[in-house]
Amino acid sequence: MAKLAKRTVKQLLRLLSLLLAVCIFSFWLMERSPVDPVQAYVGAGAAVSPEQRESISRQWGLGESPARRFGSWAGSVLRGDLGDSLLYRRPVARVIGEKFTASLALMACAWVLSGVIGLLLGILMGLYRGGLLDRILKTICLVLSSTPAFWVGMVLLAVFAVELGWFPVGLRVPPGIVESEATLLQRLHHLALPALTLTIASFGGVALQVREKMAAVMDSDYILFARARGETKGQMVRRHALRAVAVPAVTMQFALFGELFGGSVLAEQVFSYPGLGQAAVQAGLGGDVPLLLGVALCGAVFVFTGNFLADLLHSLLDPRVREGEA
Amino acid sequence: MSGGTRAIAALVVPALLLALVFVLGAAVGEQALSADFAAKNSPPSPGHPFGTDWMGRDMLARTLKGLSLSIATGLIASGVSAVIGLLVGVAAGVFPGWVDSLCNWLIDFVLGIPHIVLLILISFAAGRGAAGVTIGIACTHWTGLARLIRGEALRIRQEPYIKISRRLGKSSGFVMRRHILPHMLPHFIVGLVLLFPHAILHEAAITFLGFGLSPEQPAVGIILSESMQYLAAGAWWLAVFPGAALVAAVLLFDALGERLKRLFAAGGWREHP
Repeated sequence: MAKLAKRTVKQLLRLLSLLLAVCIFSFWLMERSPVDPVQAYVGAGAAVSPEQRESISRQWGLGESPARRFGSWAGSVLRGDLGDSLLYRRPVARVIGEKFTASLALMACAWVLSGVIGLLLGILMGLYRGGLLDRILKTICLVLSSTPAFWVGMVLLAVFAVELGWFPVGLRVPPGIVESEATLLQRLHHLALPALTLTIASFGGVALQVREKMAAVMDSDYILFARARGETKGQMVRRHALRAVAVPAVTMQFALFGELFGGSVLAEQVFSYPGLGQAAVQAGLGGDVPLLLGVALCGAVFVFTGNFLADLLHSLLDPRVREGEA
Repeated sequence: MSGGTRAIAALVVPALLLALVFVLGAAVGEQALSADFAAKNSPPSPGHPFGTDWMGRDMLARTLKGLSLSIATGLIASGVSAVIGLLVGVAAGVFPGWVDSLCNWLIDFVLGIPHIVLLILISFAAGRGAAGVTIGIACTHWTGLARLIRGEALRIRQEPYIKISRRLGKSSGFVMRRHILPHMLPHFIVGLVLLFPHAILHEAAITFLGFGLSPEQPAVGIILSESMQYLAAGAWWLAVFPGAALVAAVLLFDALGERLKRLFAAGGWREHP
């Protein structure tokens, strides 16, 4: 266990160094942007005198060196203050908190669904490798993993929301209803299509990876022996393959957080679902630097959490790593 | 048809198709893209197989033009990205120790920010436009190839001829240039082709979000984001055909890469997991 603790601490330190690098790099990128922050703040067409601009820019410390500004920004981030969003005119931390909950609901649904569907299809394909079923499923998965998430969303939107009218066209709650008053059913109704989009865009890749693992398992000696004992395919899966495939599958699923986040940005954009992804797009298009930095930081923490959990689970679940053999 | 001919055909057909799309798209002139309000919003018909948009522009011509734009962007971006991947991978594989650690750290760093968010950040820093997207994609897509090449370089380092070369007093630079880099060529080519699909998909995605190519250029991302407004009115063909064409192009590149991989494997090149 001491070994595991040491590994974990080392991993955490590494993640901290990466996180710091993400902060510096994002800050540097924002610094390089040709977008004038004062102009973005006052908005187009607003009558603002040069003196007022001057005072805003002085208040923000725009005249100071980038290093000093980074220092003061990083200092406030450590205290939990991410600044104020220019678009929402509210603290960035609060905006992100709200949006992230919405995104999290979306991502969690898709994460579980794509994981389960991917695992099942992957096992099925590996079990009947080379057969007709395998070939059909493999083609489907390959096509789906090459399909952009936003296009999946648009097709679903055109079919299920516009033509059939089964689901709402977008947003998180019905129009005219305050967010807090919407019922759970209404929320789920609005969540369904974006979550389905994200699931469809993700499970193909998962299934193909599970298929590879499953193929390796089916080639193993213990499956050969199981077959010699006369086990049926179902028994083989339940007694041997499921365990062997589940560990890498779960680990992969945690390492998928980055792609999931990216997919949710696109799905949210298509369905005008007010999540973090939509906030990122608005912030990028509207020149809202504090919000954009906040989202980048939040995304990085999200991905690193996934990687960290993947690593931890891998060492907990895999007896070879746990015992320190590998 | 013999196995060899079939293998070549499987390689040439997707490549020719893609080249055809690229050339056709580039050849589409202003004339074909001009507005024709007499034929606006018409569903697919023999005259306009992909239908027309709200300005009566032929969607087939716009899609071809968009795909050729995407392919051009993808070519540049994945070319640069593959070179970065090759350099980082070889450096990490040849110099164990701090260079290797640094390269791994760099890979983790790029993978740490969700791709789309990183693309938005870079595009924001570059002031949007085609340059931002190309730089962004070039900077974000090299990690997988770098890892693969690092592993391969680590393996080759153990081969006897490298050890002998070192004992004969050859410098690291010489060993890298003469012995290791030539071995990386197949990986590099396959990696380059397989980078394409991702590059094109991300280009379309970031353009769709409004950060990429300008609205005047009919990139596939632009076409799709414009069609969002007409989707609710039932103009499904504006979204379905251009998107399907994009998926087809991506699949063709994928097939090309996989074929190349198999071809190199048949030529005695060991496939690395």
